[in-house]
Amino acid sequence: MSSTHAQSGTGTNYLNCTKGMSSWLHTLDHKRIGIMYLFTVLSFFLLGGFFALLIRWHLFSPDHHLLSAGNYNKAFTYHGAIMVFLVIIPAIPAAMGNFVLPMMIGAKDVAFPRLNLFSYYIFVLGAIIALCSLFFGGADTGWTFYTPYSIHAGTTVIFVVLGAFVAGFSSILTGLNFIVTLHKLRAPGMTWSRLPLFCWALYATSIIQVLATPVLAITLLLLIFEQVFKIGIFDPKLGGDAVLFQHFFWFYSHPAVYIMILPSMGIISEVIPVFTRKPIFGYKAIAYSSFGIALIAFIVWGHHLFVSGQSEMANFVFSLLTMFVAVPTGIKVFSWVATMYKGSIRFNAPFLYALGFLELFTIGGMTGVFLATLAIDVHLTDTYFVIAHFHYVMVGGTLMGLMAGLHYWFPKMSGKMYCETSALISFVLIITGFNVTFFPQFILGAQGMPRRYWSYLPEFTLLNQISTVGSWFLGAGFLFSAYYFIQALRKGEQAPDNPWDSKSLEWWSPSPPPVENFLKDPVVTTWTYEYRSAKV
Amino acid sequence: MIFSEALAADSLPIQGSEIAARWDHLYLFLFWLSVFFFVLVVGGMIYFAIKFRHQKKHQPTYITHNHLLELIWSVIPTIILMVIFVWGYSVYHAMITPPDDAYEVRVIGKQWFWQFQYDDGRMTVDKVFVPVNKPVKFIMSSEDVVHSFFVPNFRVKQDVVPGMYTSVWFEATVPGRHQIYCAEYCGTRHSLMLADLYVLEPEQWIAWKAGKKLTGISEAGGGNPPSSGGDLVDQGRKVTTVKGCVACHSDDGSPKVGPTYKGLFGAKVELTNGSTVIADENYIRESIENPQAKIVKGFGPVMPSFKGLINEEEMNAVIAYIKSVK
Ligand code: HEC
Ligand SMILES: [Cu+2]
Ligand SMILES: [Cu+2]
Repeated sequence: MSSTHAQSGTGTNYLNCTKGMSSWLHTLDHKRIGIMYLFTVLSFFLLGGFFALLIRWHLFSPDHHLLSAGNYNKAFTYHGAIMVFLVIIPAIPAAMGNFVLPMMIGAKDVAFPRLNLFSYYIFVLGAIIALCSLFFGGADTGWTFYTPYSIHAGTTVIFVVLGAFVAGFSSILTGLNFIVTLHKLRAPGMTWSRLPLFCWALYATSIIQVLATPVLAITLLLLIFEQVFKIGIFDPKLGGDAVLFQHFFWFYSHPAVYIMILPSMGIISEVIPVFTRKPIFGYKAIAYSSFGIALIAFIVWGHHLFVSGQSEMANFVFSLLTMFVAVPTGIKVFSWVATMYKGSIRFNAPFLYALGFLELFTIGGMTGVFLATLAIDVHLTDTYFVIAHFHYVMVGGTLMGLMAGLHYWFPKMSGKMYCETSALISFVLIITGFNVTFFPQFILGAQGMPRRYWSYLPEFTLLNQISTVGSWFLGAGFLFSAYYFIQALRKGEQAPDNPWDSKSLEWWSPSPPPVENFLKDPVVTTWTYEYRSAKV
Repeated sequence: MIFSEALAADSLPIQGSEIAARWDHLYLFLFWLSVFFFVLVVGGMIYFAIKFRHQKKHQPTYITHNHLLELIWSVIPTIILMVIFVWGYSVYHAMITPPDDAYEVRVIGKQWFWQFQYDDGRMTVDKVFVPVNKPVKFIMSSEDVVHSFFVPNFRVKQDVVPGMYTSVWFEATVPGRHQIYCAEYCGTRHSLMLADLYVLEPEQWIAWKAGKKLTGISEAGGGNPPSSGGDLVDQGRKVTTVKGCVACHSDDGSPKVGPTYKGLFGAKVELTNGSTVIADENYIRESIENPQAKIVKGFGPVMPSFKGLINEEEMNAVIAYIKSVK
């Protein structure tokens, strides 16, 4: 694939400058590392997706027991653990962020390229350890590892927990790397107030990664200690406190929700101006609200424990604080819609996915308000309502953002154009499939169907079947997009340097970019969203 | 619109308790609020997408922000959210605050069944009987892992946690059978950890109390008392004799090596470290399983731990007994 990239002036770029597997495995180039993350994450996505389809297929009828109870429990454990720790958390920051962030600020690389490669290998190591557990019978604790169940669940769970622990360091180091990069390596003229919103979002995300992930690490380590040395921390039988684990776990995992969603919001903030030919509406509000969200993220973990036996006072405070998350989130959503006002909108795939994001995320966000409301949460928590809610936020939010970003930056990354018609078909499949899969789950939850149920009462059959059928469309949509991306790589049209006519810095460079990113050092003179004299 | 209203109302289980109607009001309010914001955001988005689609003669307008608009969409949602919060809290407060005269049943969650202990010493498994229109409080504990007690028709749910007591209360308004689920993942047979909650009419309730067979409910008259016999208080008294508590504790007010049980439950207990605690189920449980954690003022730290020596059923009986000596 290398010889066809002649159009970029010099002829050599980051893809063809050196050849062979080992040149990739030793690379310090942030772009190559980003691509390696991308492929790794996408293969885990395939695996996680396989478990998802298995779960839905199993639930097609209440007594059609495709899987044994034990295997079903393992299937949802791996689906959750893989999707959260190996896909959604690293997907945008580590894969897209690595590729794009240095280019967006006009840097040649991240601040610590060696550390960057090291982070990648830690991530892979963590993933391997976690997945090794599959060969030792598999863990069945759910991705939340609640104690004391997880303490008695056998040694396989140690692998998964250790894997998540190790992979966590990759997240911490990447966060550090990005923060230093943003502070030290901005091109001349790239002032803070000109910084693209994707970079702001990654900054806020990095702070959470650096501050929250160590708590997860400690928690998981304590869990391993308790299992191996029988020290009573979380198991009441050994004198521990079962609910303490839930506090520790969500102290990380709630902020982690924003590790997952903020970068995606960043992508949406990039895509909407480009395709509406308008500056982003409320630049400052969007940038600040990322930090607002990151800050509140640390003090709302207790909303996962409303029925855990936590005191009424604690519930009062956590419910109140959680409400405030909705305000900055609302600000962002309104600002994105407002950006479209009086624009000149082109419906390329990145923009379609931004629209998909808005639709799904609005539903995900509103149902989040249901769950933040104390009384309402009592009935809905631990039911399918929660499953539907967080899939609307995580898939509807993060994955739609990822798809938007993938289409948006694909020409830059690969030097090729994807097929717009195929992208449209796949988008329609995904968005329809998604809604058909997950909307019925809100109703199932309101009706009282609990989550993590291997079998269910017959009255829930119809809605479960609709949901399962939806999952086939969703799966087909993603598979089809994998197909046309591969086709594009193989024989796609040459991508121009700036196919979307974007003002952002990464498009100043050839497609695909040379190793040092820019042919001559960029000097920034305007705001990133200066779509004043728009070429139409 | 009509469709979605039907959707919202139909998607809820029947209103089987006092609180259910209040819950449903708030839920429907949130539902319509969501519909409103969905139409605003997604409707607005689609409208703009069509209206401002790329056309040859169109030039986009350069707009960067509008302070007034931004203020409005920060302040109005904040106000609405505060209303929701207060509303949600007030329903929640009612939901978790039982009246003093609530009829108590002890619930024990085990992998993978529910066990119910009544004041008369009877025990049932995977089914429980309560009177209609009377407040009922379930005092719950787990023998192994975390479970969650969930009755959708009553809109109540509470985790059942090993090592501590949690409780849930309701006033059932609809006689008949109601479904109980375990809502917290607890292992292989989690989805089969189901039970039936029977709400009995007053005459049925009398029959059940008298140990008679109930028509229409299979094997309902059963519920064998545990081997030792007697009501829950008697069982508790027996446990304290067998386990040797009587050597150090009296129930007539006279102090021995340890404080008397008389008047203990619900009282304020002074501790050696100067603080005080209210003697509730969790305090008494802790005093028995982990006596060193809180030492009563004026006594030495000599009580041995009974952790692992008293099972959940016995613990419930002991507490019922201590509670009864006023
Ligand atoms: C060797 C004597 C001894 C035995 C046996 C003993 N206790 Fe105690 N217990 C004490 C002492 C002394 C205290 C007060 C100091 C403390 O708080 O630990 C106490 C405190 C308590 C308290 C808290 C009382 C309060 O006023 O706050 C409870 C409840 C209790 N014991 C129950 C039991 C039960 C039930 C048993 C039997 C299973 C038992 N004890 C066996 C000595 C004993
Ligand atoms: Cu949370
Ligand atoms: Cu369970």
